[in-house]
Amino acid sequence: MNWQTYFIEFSYLLASILFIFGLKGLSHPETAKRGMHLAEIGMALAIIGTLMHFEIVSYTWIIVGLLLGGLLGAAMGVWVPMTAMPQRTALSHAFGAFAAALVGIAEYYSYTHGFKDIAQLGHVKMGAMGFEIMLGALTTTGSLIAFGKLQGILPGQPLVYRGQNIFNMALLATTVGLFIYLIFVPTAVIPFYIMLALAFVFGVLLVMPIGSADMPVVMSLLNSYAGLASAATGFVLGNNVLIIAGTLDGFSGFILSILMCRAMNRSINNVLFGAFGSAATATAGAGEQGTMREVSLDDAAVQLAYASKVVFVPGYGLATAQAQHAVRELATVLEEKGVTVKYGIHPVAGRMPGHMNVLLAEANVPYSQLYELEQINPELSSTDVSVVIGANDVVNPDARDNPSSPIAGMPIIEVDRSKSVIVLKRGQGKGFSGLENPLFFKPVTGMLYGDAKDTLTKLVGAVQHA
Amino acid sequence: MISINPLGLLLAEGTESMSATAIIAALYVFALAAFLGYQVISRVPPLLHTPLMSATNAISGISLVGSIVIAGGTGPHHAKTATILGFIAVVCSTSNVVGGFALTDRMLRMFKRKQAPADTAKIASGNGHQKN
Repeated sequence: MNWQTYFIEFSYLLASILFIFGLKGLSHPETAKRGMHLAEIGMALAIIGTLMHFEIVSYTWIIVGLLLGGLLGAAMGVWVPMTAMPQRTALSHAFGAFAAALVGIAEYYSYTHGFKDIAQLGHVKMGAMGFEIMLGALTTTGSLIAFGKLQGILPGQPLVYRGQNIFNMALLATTVGLFIYLIFVPTAVIPFYIMLALAFVFGVLLVMPIGSADMPVVMSLLNSYAGLASAATGFVLGNNVLIIAGTLDGFSGFILSILMCRAMNRSINNVLFGAFGSAATATAGAGEQGTMREVSLDDAAVQLAYASKVVFVPGYGLATAQAQHAVRELATVLEEKGVTVKYGIHPVAGRMPGHMNVLLAEANVPYSQLYELEQINPELSSTDVSVVIGANDVVNPDARDNPSSPIAGMPIIEVDRSKSVIVLKRGQGKGFSGLENPLFFKPVTGMLYGDAKDTLTKLVGAVQHA
Repeated sequence: MISINPLGLLLAEGTESMSATAIIAALYVFALAAFLGYQVISRVPPLLHTPLMSATNAISGISLVGSIVIAGGTGPHHAKTATILGFIAVVCSTSNVVGGFALTDRMLRMFKRKQAPADTAKIASGNGHQKN
């Protein structure tokens, strides 16, 4: 090995260590920033090291690519609003997976078109490459569909048709079949491109039947796939830092998917193939009767102003209404009146893991006021007013009380245990899953209809005068 | 590095006995990284799950180093198609690295333990949200 190779390998080793330190920092908000700076230094080192690679002949394309990608990334980093984090994350999964797939395709092309020694394309290498390309391709299109759903370009409802699961399974089986064939016959160029095309199609079909409410799980899964595709790239190129970084990403996504599924008391299979929230499941829970009690803005303001403890429970509606700053203003006014304010955050509230925490942090809510499900539930019986903002299923008592409910067993934030509940809701419609929510019919509950941001802003004024 | 590329060599008539060891070594790296990842990431509180996703995304943009090598190889011994694919991959990965780190930094700067100094009404609570 010459000195460049030593330098490159050493920069990769250092980068790997710094990445791990970076993620370790994320175990606490106080250490997280420093951790990320370490990871950034690691990344810079690895890139500088790579530029010394002996195979690089021309820097033209590299520099143009780095500049273009850097501009694109910087623009996203600066301008993407926090409410759009799920969309941008979906897009970045697509980019990461696409890059992995392209590297694999480029390698395969070089081997099969005589630019690299075809004899070197062994079964194991083809296995790693095929895995990388298959996973990369399906994650690319899957993430783009998720992006479309989150951005509202595509309908959020699950898209289902008869025989869907069987068709998807057959498609997946064909793709994997071609992949296995390629491991044994790496030079089969046409099956290779068919596999690539099928993987792209499968990604679309995989995410189309999944409703927007299940996005936290899908996002985590796609995160995991994108990471594993990167790790496979590491196997193809024999590059350890790629294996390490990809595996960390893959496992992070995997752990998050498990946490999200647990927070919904559902299996990954059920999320992927259950088409939850479609017409088939919506009828369950119908027949729940009773009257909803509407509460006036002034009544709500009085209740809040004279409470000693108020808990806000935000859901995706907070994000769509961009109401995070308004809720924070209301909290400030209440605190000035001596009210204790806390926030109860359900793990699957919003469209991606931790979505609500980021939104509230953006509005300057201190994180010591953000409580997890297990922390807030014991406090609710001593809470005077719980304010539900654009959340539905995560506070649905049916999950706890009705074993035949489709969401039975899902852990909920038990706002119905507090002395009074105010539900901020756009209209009388049902939640995303299409389920009736008995919470709305309970005697303790008062409904406050209207746009969440608008209502909260009005409440700020009303509380000040109460 | 392509020069120490282990996987392609496995089938090369069994002459390269080193390659099998290299694959096993790569699998070791994978297994240990998986174990370490599990340990480190399960300690991340739900509070920081969005920054975590954004950060791991940026970090896995390290596949940029693979793209760079492919995009940089031009000339008669290198496929033009590969260069173009590598170039697109460089753009995608770089935008993930830069955007991912920028967004993670931006998000982490928002997480504050106490309210901004202007708001003095903060109820001192020793609830300690940190969990480890």
